[in-house]
Amino acid sequence: MRAMLKGIAASDGIVCGQVYRLVEPNLTVQQRAITNLDYELNRFHQALEAAVSDVETIKTRATKNLGTDSAQVFSAHIAMLQDPELITAVETQIRQRKINAEAALAAVAQTYEASFQDLTDNPYMQERITDLHDVTKRVTAHLLQVALPDLALVNHPVIVVTHDLIPSDTVSVNPRYILGFVTDLGGRTSHSSILARSMAIPAVVGTQHATDQLTNGEMVILNGTRGQVMVDPDDDELASAQAAMHERAANLKRLSRLRHHGTVSRDGVGVTLAANIGTANDLPSVLQNGAEAIGLMRTEFLYMDADQLPSEDDQFATYKRVLTAMAPRPVVIRTLDIGGDKPLPYLKQKPETNPFMGARAIRQSLTHQQIFRSQLRALLRASAFGNLRIMFPMIATLDEFRQAKAIYDDERSKLTVAQVPMGSIKIGMMVEVPAAALLADRFAQEVDFMSIGTNDLIGYTMAADRTNQDVAYLYQPYHPAILRLVNRVIAAAHGAGIPVAMCGEMAGDPIAVPLLLGMGLDEFSMGAGSILKTRRLIGQLSAHDLQALVETTLNQASTSQEVITMVQAAVPGILT
Amino acid sequence: MEKREFHITAETGIHARPATLLVQAASKFNSEVSLQYQDKSVNLKSIMGVMSLGVGQNAEITITTDGDDEADAMTAVAETLKKEGLSD
Repeated sequence: MRAMLKGIAASDGIVCGQVYRLVEPNLTVQQRAITNLDYELNRFHQALEAAVSDVETIKTRATKNLGTDSAQVFSAHIAMLQDPELITAVETQIRQRKINAEAALAAVAQTYEASFQDLTDNPYMQERITDLHDVTKRVTAHLLQVALPDLALVNHPVIVVTHDLIPSDTVSVNPRYILGFVTDLGGRTSHSSILARSMAIPAVVGTQHATDQLTNGEMVILNGTRGQVMVDPDDDELASAQAAMHERAANLKRLSRLRHHGTVSRDGVGVTLAANIGTANDLPSVLQNGAEAIGLMRTEFLYMDADQLPSEDDQFATYKRVLTAMAPRPVVIRTLDIGGDKPLPYLKQKPETNPFMGARAIRQSLTHQQIFRSQLRALLRASAFGNLRIMFPMIATLDEFRQAKAIYDDERSKLTVAQVPMGSIKIGMMVEVPAAALLADRFAQEVDFMSIGTNDLIGYTMAADRTNQDVAYLYQPYHPAILRLVNRVIAAAHGAGIPVAMCGEMAGDPIAVPLLLGMGLDEFSMGAGSILKTRRLIGQLSAHDLQALVETTLNQASTSQEVITMVQAAVPGILT
Repeated sequence: MEKREFHITAETGIHARPATLLVQAASKFNSEVSLQYQDKSVNLKSIMGVMSLGVGQNAEITITTDGDDEADAMTAVAETLKKEGLSD
């Protein structure tokens, strides 16, 4: 091998394949004098055509994955590439100034940008400038004969290497062609890792230099379980990687026998293992991994991957697809959780000094009711097609829950009057704000179910921003303070006779699972790739015996390390 | 030559989506189609032109069609404005 890159193990599995760098090439344009006018004009038109063909492909893929409305932005890009005024302006520059097409295009784009910038009172103009940049970049790349990478254009299996994976990168992807992900940035709970796990694709994140060190087409072995990337392996290394892949495949095959089984502990306690998903594209891996429910469908990606709000109909189509595929199994859909690290450019949210504590999730929904109501209507209409549960995120006070519920009731009664068919829907809350966890017994009197969102609950309890690498050490799921909160929520829910789930990363963690089972958690929701392993683990555990472990841990542990030691002593042979 | 005035009622004005559809509608015809707003006039077959006007809510715009299929072009543009909820 040439080198070994180390990063964070973000999503399990070993794969070998060729590198596809999702990194923007150098598109610096040099102005040159030209002599052959026809040649230059022809070059410009060929680049335009190639760019249109790229965008058509991306649009088709986006329409398939996201629906017509979300793909609309690409129609605007095509219209720009075919704009007669823009084309004439570039041609004129080439003819009159006798300069190369790249430089002519850059000059024309700059003129348009300046005229757009004059319209500062129009909130859409900043996005149009972004569109113009995207379009110019694509044509320039073709003129410079460098490829402008885009996952929608990948047509053979590759390992994607990128600075940081963002949701919009993955929506246009054909999952068959993506073997794995390697990123420079990110940690185990960053969005790139969550995306990879929900797609059940091996990933190594936080390598810092992968994009600098790897070249296109180079062979690598990605080990998402160990967090390693082996560059340019020799035959022996390839052979041993292949052996590891076979062993893993055999292991997965053994596990896959558990696909159609329920999840029952050794002493006969049944629990539900559910999957977390981000888009309807995650459904195949949910079904392959034998999920008994969807415990969390995030809806942000529907909103983040478009340049305007998704229509009620587009949302309805997505929700219906998920509900139909899962029926009669339950599907918990979380209403919009934007803000924080997930802003929406077209909403013109005010910049906040502390967005994680700002107007995000339900706070945003209650102040922007139009968006919230349109989402609720789409959900209500889709409820006729399966077993829907709606969950409100970031509830801190009972008043917030009551307001959200009242808006739901209002939309429901309007649709009832209009005789729209609807199913019965359970309404629950996400417990991720420490205040709600502490007051869970009061909330439990009013909600139909609770789901503990550990990523944010840990963040808010430890007062640590999960996107900040410097405080990543504070992300401690086994910290006794977190365990006490979780135990309190489970006990409160059961006291009121309602079910309680967990939908954070912790629910599939082998150290946490014995504790959660001992506490009596009803549903464990996780990335699809962790479901079968967790089902096997739970089958080896006795829920009753673990109650003693829970008791000791809650009463005697002072640190995360002590918790780990206690779990390992009680459940020998558990993986860490 | 045909000329018609429209009052833009949509809250967001003529933003990207309707601009694209207007351009697509106009481009189907041979006639010259232009959009006039305040003192500026642009080619309605040019999305950059349409967007550079930044037509907002309550704007009064004038559409002009000129050519062998000017009547059909006007009908198509008016229908798009109506269908996209831009104007009554």
